[in-house]
Amino acid sequence: MRLAPNFAKPSQARTDATEARLSGLALPESGAWGRAARQDALDRLREMGLPQPRDEYWRMTNPRPLNGAQAEAADLMADDEAPIWGETGALRIVFRDGVFDAAASDDLSAIEGVRIERLADAMAGDIHWAKDLYGALESRGQSPVPRPFAALNTATATDGVVIDATAAASRAIRVVYERSDEGADPVLHSLVRVAPGAEVTLLESGAGGARINTVLEADIADGGRFHHVRMQGRDPGRRAVTHSFARLGAEAAFKSFTLTMNGFLTRNEQVVEFTGDDAIAHVAGACVGDGRDFHHDDTVFVTHDALRCESRQVFKKVLKNGATGVFQGKILVKAGAQKTDGYQISQSLLLDDDSQFLAKPELEIYADDVACSHGSTTGAIDPTALFYLRSRGVPEAEAQDLMVLAFLAEALEEIEDGDLAEELRVRLEGWLARRAG
Amino acid sequence: MLDIKGLTVDLEEEDKQILKGVDLSVEAGKVHAIMGPNGSGKSTLSYVLSGREGYEVTGGSATLDGQDLLDMDPEERAAAGLFLAFQYPVEIPGVGNMTFLRTALNAQRKARGEEEVSSAEFLKLVREKAKTLKIDADMLKRPLNVGFSGGEKKRNEILQMAVLEPRMCILDETDSGLDVDAMKLVSDGVNALRDEGRGFLVITHYQRLLDHITPDVVHIMADGRIVKTGGPELALEVEKNGYTDILSEVA
Ligand SMILES: Nc1ncnc2c1ncn2[C@@H]1O[C@H](COP(=O)(O)OP(=O)(O)OP(=O)(O)O)[C@@H](O)[C@H]1O
Ligand SMILES: [Mg+2]
Repeated sequence: MRLAPNFAKPSQARTDATEARLSGLALPESGAWGRAARQDALDRLREMGLPQPRDEYWRMTNPRPLNGAQAEAADLMADDEAPIWGETGALRIVFRDGVFDAAASDDLSAIEGVRIERLADAMAGDIHWAKDLYGALESRGQSPVPRPFAALNTATATDGVVIDATAAASRAIRVVYERSDEGADPVLHSLVRVAPGAEVTLLESGAGGARINTVLEADIADGGRFHHVRMQGRDPGRRAVTHSFARLGAEAAFKSFTLTMNGFLTRNEQVVEFTGDDAIAHVAGACVGDGRDFHHDDTVFVTHDALRCESRQVFKKVLKNGATGVFQGKILVKAGAQKTDGYQISQSLLLDDDSQFLAKPELEIYADDVACSHGSTTGAIDPTALFYLRSRGVPEAEAQDLMVLAFLAEALEEIEDGDLAEELRVRLEGWLARRAG
Repeated sequence: MLDIKGLTVDLEEEDKQILKGVDLSVEAGKVHAIMGPNGSGKSTLSYVLSGREGYEVTGGSATLDGQDLLDMDPEERAAAGLFLAFQYPVEIPGVGNMTFLRTALNAQRKARGEEEVSSAEFLKLVREKAKTLKIDADMLKRPLNVGFSGGEKKRNEILQMAVLEPRMCILDETDSGLDVDAMKLVSDGVNALRDEGRGFLVITHYQRLLDHITPDVVHIMADGRIVKTGGPELALEVEKNGYTDILSEVA
């Protein structure tokens, strides 16, 4: 798979940085198709090179902490909270520092309507359906904007989850990324194939590493439904770069939500492509960040290339004590994608003057009969509302928390399953309460 | 119980004096009414007493049962028993009416060293009070005041007052925007709370409200001062003749 020719040859500095990053990495052992897919991805990566701070797509987020040859050690967090969604009955899969933990995981076959494998197993053989998906959506997603960390991931991922949904799944799948090593630097790649009319829910939580790179490729066939709900690990020092690529067939549905609390650096890229008519994709997220060492970036790219599809992006960020939030989101409507309904909103609540929110919302439309809108707002807590709450006896800090939760509630409403959302809300309350002291 | 002496207040933003020496005492068990022309400083007085930002107290004092109100945060004033029913209740999207009220009640109880109320007790309490004010379950579930009609907002203020049981209640034009039936409901709500230990300061423009809530004392405020104090008949006089006579008489 070659890249579109509009990528200029990388500069020497970029090539050096890329090679430095690659020097410590070996392509994991794979069967024939896996070897080929990894080599393709490596070629793609070398062609574009790793991001550098002046790149347009990385203008608002410094890629350096993700670029280094070695992950910087990040303190382990003493966490007394049980992993989220433990009581939902979902099938549990645990990766510890990026390594599959069989003892802590459920039997992967204890689910109906879905076949689950580890990526390492799927790639070991010479034939597997995953051949047609692994790296396929990632490489499609490299144009018009390069996503080098995703190519790096395809080339070097050691494991992940491969999900083949052929009917309505009998239970959700819950992947937990545990972390017990200060320097773990895992690269994990997961695949989801949803057959026509099938439906599956993937839950993910945990920090997983000092630096973690994850890719998810989801291919949702006609009438299929895929739900993805994530809570990213709270470890203050962790760095994460994640990519989700989703391709939707006719009347398919993709619903994705990510909650981020803490983290030194988080870059979440979501790439959605409509290829069949009448499909819907909702990607949403909320984050709360406290302090200068918090930087959170949501980068979303939705391509409409079919009739009457609906896309919706809802992102909310609460930032305090010098935290930074970034949103760059694009809706691209190709010629002929008539009756597209595209919506995008990004909002931040800044709890002080030191924190900042940088937003770059974009619409690019080549069809004439579409309804697309986007908006971005930055605001502080409304002092009138705060006074009203306080005048009833609610202490200032608690009143502020109420306002913060109220602000984020709109994003949480994007989650279809109210029980999953409620658990996230409780975690948010906990996060706020810990800061009250 | 509420004692205001020589209170002078400037706006923080601009060099403008709004309250120019307010003297007023409300005794426990009594209902005092304040009337006065638009812009005379009635709402300002209520805001300064409840601790809203934007005002600078340049002189005088305000105490509740001897405690210096002006020195406290708004939430401390509430816990001390002060309540303001707002002239313009605030809409807060995303904060549920019930969640808010329960948080407020328990915060006040906690501040006073009392036990928090359980959800069951709280539900029972609110349902009972809501019923008498004809506030339906749907309104309780909605975000705080969001999409409430003007009259519904005012009834919701009285519901909060009924649940929080403050000792000193200030009502700022709670009657404005109420239809005849709602006026009756609200007045009944207020009258139900009248007792020996509780004081009321009712700001209004109309005798109508005072027909239902009979005041013990009526004050006229003009240009940042209480210019006249009398019995219920003073309100009737205002109703009949407006402020011109009273103001020229004191000038
Ligand atoms: N934040 C502010 N900025 C500018 N002017 C203010 C502010 N707050 C109060 N004022 C002024 O102070 C004066 C008193 O206002 P206030 O709202 O207390 O009057 P009021 O007696 O309640 O009037 P009404 O009967 O119309 O409700 C008015 O002239 C008003 O314009
Ligand atoms: Mg007023």
